[in-house]
Amino acid sequence: MKFNRMYALSLRHLYLIKGSFPRILDLIYWPTIQIVLWGFISQFFTMHSDYYNNTIGVILSCAILYDFLFRSSISFNMLFLEEIWSRNFTNLFIAPLKVSEIITALTTTALLRTLVGIIPAILLMSPFFGVSLLQMGPPLFLLFLSLYLFGTTLGLLVTSGLLRFGPAFENTAWSSLFLLAPLGCVYYPLSILPEWLQIIAKVLPLVYIFEEARSILINNVVNYSNITSALILNLVYFISAIIIFYIAFAGARKKGTLINVGE
Amino acid sequence: MSETIIEVNNLKKQFKNSLAVNNLNFKITKGTIIGLLGPNGCGKTTTIGMMLGLIKPTSGAVFINGQNIENEKNRTNILEKMNFISPYIELPKKLTVEENLKVYGRMYGINNLKEKIFNLMKELNLLDFKKRKTGELSSGQKNRVSLAKALINDPEILLLDEPTASLDPDVGDYVRTYIENFASRKGKTILLASHNMSEVERLCHEVMMMKNGKIIDKGTSSSLVSKHGRKNLEEVFLKIVRE
Repeated sequence: MKFNRMYALSLRHLYLIKGSFPRILDLIYWPTIQIVLWGFISQFFTMHSDYYNNTIGVILSCAILYDFLFRSSISFNMLFLEEIWSRNFTNLFIAPLKVSEIITALTTTALLRTLVGIIPAILLMSPFFGVSLLQMGPPLFLLFLSLYLFGTTLGLLVTSGLLRFGPAFENTAWSSLFLLAPLGCVYYPLSILPEWLQIIAKVLPLVYIFEEARSILINNVVNYSNITSALILNLVYFISAIIIFYIAFAGARKKGTLINVGE
Repeated sequence: MSETIIEVNNLKKQFKNSLAVNNLNFKITKGTIIGLLGPNGCGKTTTIGMMLGLIKPTSGAVFINGQNIENEKNRTNILEKMNFISPYIELPKKLTVEENLKVYGRMYGINNLKEKIFNLMKELNLLDFKKRKTGELSSGQKNRVSLAKALINDPEILLLDEPTASLDPDVGDYVRTYIENFASRKGKTILLASHNMSEVERLCHEVMMMKNGKIIDKGTSSSLVSKHGRKNLEEVFLKIVRE
């Protein structure tokens, strides 16, 4: 893998963001709205529910963690869709870029894009609602890492679909996370789900991540087995998604879609 | 002795219900401009796609400088020395001309990129537009930016798919003259797929006629004209297509 080629692909997207104030605004706008909305909902629950007493940060923290996951996945998809929308797709595949370089460049650029949106929202949490994610301590980094891996995994799977089936797969890019959110137990414990759904939910790393977040925030207990389970599952899914991306690329070459992907 | 730079052996591409390319064989000598002519859907773009490694052949192989493009290790090395223009692909519209050239210059690992971009923009009369967004340019200006991008790596092999389609005669002539000078000055190999017969007659040393995925005739423009007893290449094209 060559750094200059990966940097060039990242640079293309950084120029795009840098050159458009509405794009920067769009990146920051939604996470901030999420924080404000969930912040007020959390305050309301704190005042009117015993369960949430003294736990104002739980819902708000889970909302920001979920938004980080959402942004990671959408950012990855967006970077790929931008190439299709701008009809630049073929230019990339006739450049001396390796598939591994494309994946690495998109993965790192998606992180930068996500951070541009999420950092202002995190900074707003403390002055507006008196909640700081940093109170979760070092495990917070591992939770973010897990969410980033899972977001990238979903991004890889959706872009594999775009490669293989073309822009018709675009709607899936937007809906993929909404399908998984109920099973991820973002705002409620796993025990709320019916037993048969719990079995499916346990196959997702999200359950372990959000159970762990609640464990730290409510009980002040760090359960490393949850963190380990999430990371192991994530690694398995991430590697599988990379393999699927390679298979989709080979399928696209066979089908001839790399030369005429467009709107 | 003339050196073969592109060798296409028994190349075949079968899509679901259609045979796009049917057992294609040809060699291209280094430093020549070869025209690839044929009606829409005859397999020109599929052939170019396989030469660029964008489409996997059903069977057969494409060798560039003796290396099979299907070999993943060769692919990046080969693509560093090739480039492609088509009216059906564009550069990111929201990036400025200069930004687009910087991105692709880095992607191709070009040394002295600033100087290279300046020279290309000067040669192609793009200096006045360097800070303009590519999407804001006229189609003639965009075409010159695409040409600059295709020349950023000083390619040994340039594949041109209808490079002057939808351009007005003045800009079309400018592009043709530029390609002509570029090829003669630097001894580059060019494969030109076009529907503009006068363009092909003017630029190409040799012409390959494709129909139904096969090369059905080839030779210099003048030899094809006299062989088929027609006045010009356009009439030869019409005769072959309608037969």
